Amino acid sequence: MAEQRPADERPTGEDVPRPSVRVRLAGIARGLAVPVLAIFSALVIGAFVIVLSDVTFFERLSADPGGALGTAIGGVLEAYGALFRGALGSPTGYAEAFASGDPAQITKAFVPISETLLAATPLIFTGLAVALGFQCGLFNIGAEGQLYVGAMFGTFAGFAFAGLPWFIHLPLAIGAGFLGGALWGFVPGLLKARTGAHEVIVTIMLNYTAYRLIEYILKVPGYQREGRNDPISKVALESSWFPPLIEGLRANWGFVLGLVAALAVSWLLFRSTRGFEFRAVGFNPSGARAAGMSIAVSTILAMTISGGLAGLAGTSIVLGVTHSLTSGISAGFGFDGIAIALMAGSRPRGIVLASLLFGALRAGATPMQSITGVPIDLVVVIQALVIMFVAAPALVRELYRIRVPETTGLETFAKGWRV
Amino acid sequence: MTAAVQVAPAVIVDRAAIRRQRILGVVYLVMAAAAAFVLGEGIEPGASSTFLLKPAGSQGGLDIPPLVVPATLTIYLIAGLCAALGAIQLVRGFGSRWTVVLGVVVVAFVFAFLTWAGAGRSMSLIGILQLTVQKALPITFGALSGVLCERSGVVNIAIEGMLLAGAFSGAVVGSGTGNNIIGLVAAALVGGALAGVLAVLAIRYRMNQIVAGTVINILAAGLTSFLASRVLQAHRELNEPTKFASIPLPLLSDIPIVGPMFFSGNIFMYMLFVLIGLIHWALFHTRWGLRVRAVGEHPRAADTVGINVLFTRYRNVILGGIVAGVGGAYFTLGSTGSFVHDMTGGRGFIGLAAMIFGGWTPIGAFLASLVFGFADALQARLSILGAAVPSEFLLMVPYLVTIVVVAGLVGRVRMPAADGMPYEKE
Repeated sequence: MAEQRPADERPTGEDVPRPSVRVRLAGIARGLAVPVLAIFSALVIGAFVIVLSDVTFFERLSADPGGALGTAIGGVLEAYGALFRGALGSPTGYAEAFASGDPAQITKAFVPISETLLAATPLIFTGLAVALGFQCGLFNIGAEGQLYVGAMFGTFAGFAFAGLPWFIHLPLAIGAGFLGGALWGFVPGLLKARTGAHEVIVTIMLNYTAYRLIEYILKVPGYQREGRNDPISKVALESSWFPPLIEGLRANWGFVLGLVAALAVSWLLFRSTRGFEFRAVGFNPSGARAAGMSIAVSTILAMTISGGLAGLAGTSIVLGVTHSLTSGISAGFGFDGIAIALMAGSRPRGIVLASLLFGALRAGATPMQSITGVPIDLVVVIQALVIMFVAAPALVRELYRIRVPETTGLETFAKGWRV
Repeated sequence: MTAAVQVAPAVIVDRAAIRRQRILGVVYLVMAAAAAFVLGEGIEPGASSTFLLKPAGSQGGLDIPPLVVPATLTIYLIAGLCAALGAIQLVRGFGSRWTVVLGVVVVAFVFAFLTWAGAGRSMSLIGILQLTVQKALPITFGALSGVLCERSGVVNIAIEGMLLAGAFSGAVVGSGTGNNIIGLVAAALVGGALAGVLAVLAIRYRMNQIVAGTVINILAAGLTSFLASRVLQAHRELNEPTKFASIPLPLLSDIPIVGPMFFSGNIFMYMLFVLIGLIHWALFHTRWGLRVRAVGEHPRAADTVGINVLFTRYRNVILGGIVAGVGGAYFTLGSTGSFVHDMTGGRGFIGLAAMIFGGWTPIGAFLASLVFGFADALQARLSILGAAVPSEFLLMVPYLVTIVVVAGLVGRVRMPAADGMPYEKE
């Protein structure tokens, strides 16, 4: 998790003395306090939701209060246990697999972790997309639409160019995906810079436009798979697929691309002149203008790159998992990106960690539903609560009576509809 | 708005007006070309389009004959009209009457489109209009909720979540108690409660209001889906409310065209009309409304003259939540009859757009909702007719129109000055 620097120290200069290890550790601990307590509180409230939504609980409560409470707590632990094992695997499973020494079984034991990495991959991209916007004072709520357009372009590049070797085809498809998302991010950026149209409204509208566009393109002959009546695209050629990290597991090199993207965004934001301008414009637009920076250029560029990153999320799904485009590939990755960016305080390192957490929740949710019958949507509730606690540190402070930093990573983010 | 800061206001108005005039002129010409070359080409020369103006199966009221127009001739006439208006717009403009001209061009073009889609067939125009109003109902409820919140200075992006929660609780309580009225009240209360959460997060904890709204949207979507699959799947009897019956108003429902559209609906339609009138009157003709608007425009000044800013905001946000909750109940108690996962399908966001499109006024919001409802209804009807235009593009129109409106390409709307700004007493 990124350390939360106070706002007034933000512009990092060469001559700022590095604080001692103890001070830095204390800072990191305080920075972690809010996210950790937020997750804890969300899980507790989630437990109440599980118990209270069980209709039989109330019947048993009147007959045998003690027993009912016991089974309720047991049920919650069972559900969270299944969630945990589905996300990280069970210790006994690992022990047995290694004891048997059978490579296939060892690989199988790692399936939960592979699924977590797989679910985390698009989240890293959308989280970075939203965070880049936040750093420049923009709220890109349109990552979902940009993801779809990116996936549309990526899929097209994946099936349209036959006969290429993978080291040309895969980068080409990735580039096409970035381009598609960037296009969908460029429009709100341009409109904001030229006319002041608020990017929240424009990106929400572009989300819906993108859904319709996908529904349309999936019925266009030449894009739709031959011999199919349902909306599904052609299959991307194998030369454009992300190769698996380990043969036999679904986790693929898309995850590594995500880590590279996080490094690249980190460099862009904190090491490059352009990134300094982004952050300056986000932090204080009039100050940035007075210093001779162009707000319009920063706005357009930040939205375009942000859209491109979200487009990569879509590309990582179609080239890494589904290998073809349908209208249901995302399932809210774009919106989870907002949660992740908030949780991480818009810092790339934090985004990787938060994506792994949300990926774990997603990966564990399906086994949880099939084993304990607690619906997958519980994870959505938990995520919403996590964002709520993270975005309002004052809430955590009042609940737990502790000192927590005031910064949420949103300080650079324009208030409300104002431009 | 960055430009507004840099240049003197007088110059801005002029330039914007000239730019708008040019854009509109070009748009009219493009529409004329589209009517002439796309619509006019594709139909049989002698075909005519028949529009039914009386609802199928209705007995009472005046007998209105169907409207029959020669298809090709109508389309070319409309193309000519659009071209002429576009040319005038480009050369000298219409001054302050440009809104009227825009309305005429849009209505004419839509009529040309319908003529094209219905060439050689008969189409129930009144059916489309009725469906328009029905589709516009929940959108308007959402937009009214937004007006109430944002006039007091709190951005409500959580309309979608409130609609969804209202739909869910209306269905469950309505069928659980067997009484729709109780279901409706429950939906209103749940909407109000969600709004209460938004208010506490936004006003007390000064959380970014868009983030707070997003949280509530995700929470409502997650909770309703969770409960629907955990509780409603096992207990189907909790998801079978009886719908509110429609109540045709005597005399009024017999008026041709208008009667079937506006005076034959169920309780939601009349509640909506009352609400539109009430909110308009309250906001613009009472002391209450003056205070609300003062809080939304300049909270510090309002505070100075003794208005309780935070209380006003809490109250308005919760009122807005109640309105959205009632609007949500329309989905289950007024329209489909049972709750389905994510059944609002983004209507809350369209409501938000309608509110902006309608310039933060109740009546404007209603008119804007009708535009969105019309696109929705047209899509539903045309896909039945099997028209050649892909329905996806029709469905995109409301979103694109909203973008055009917020970008100020066709005239600018002004929002409450303190919208979205947390207020801190000094």
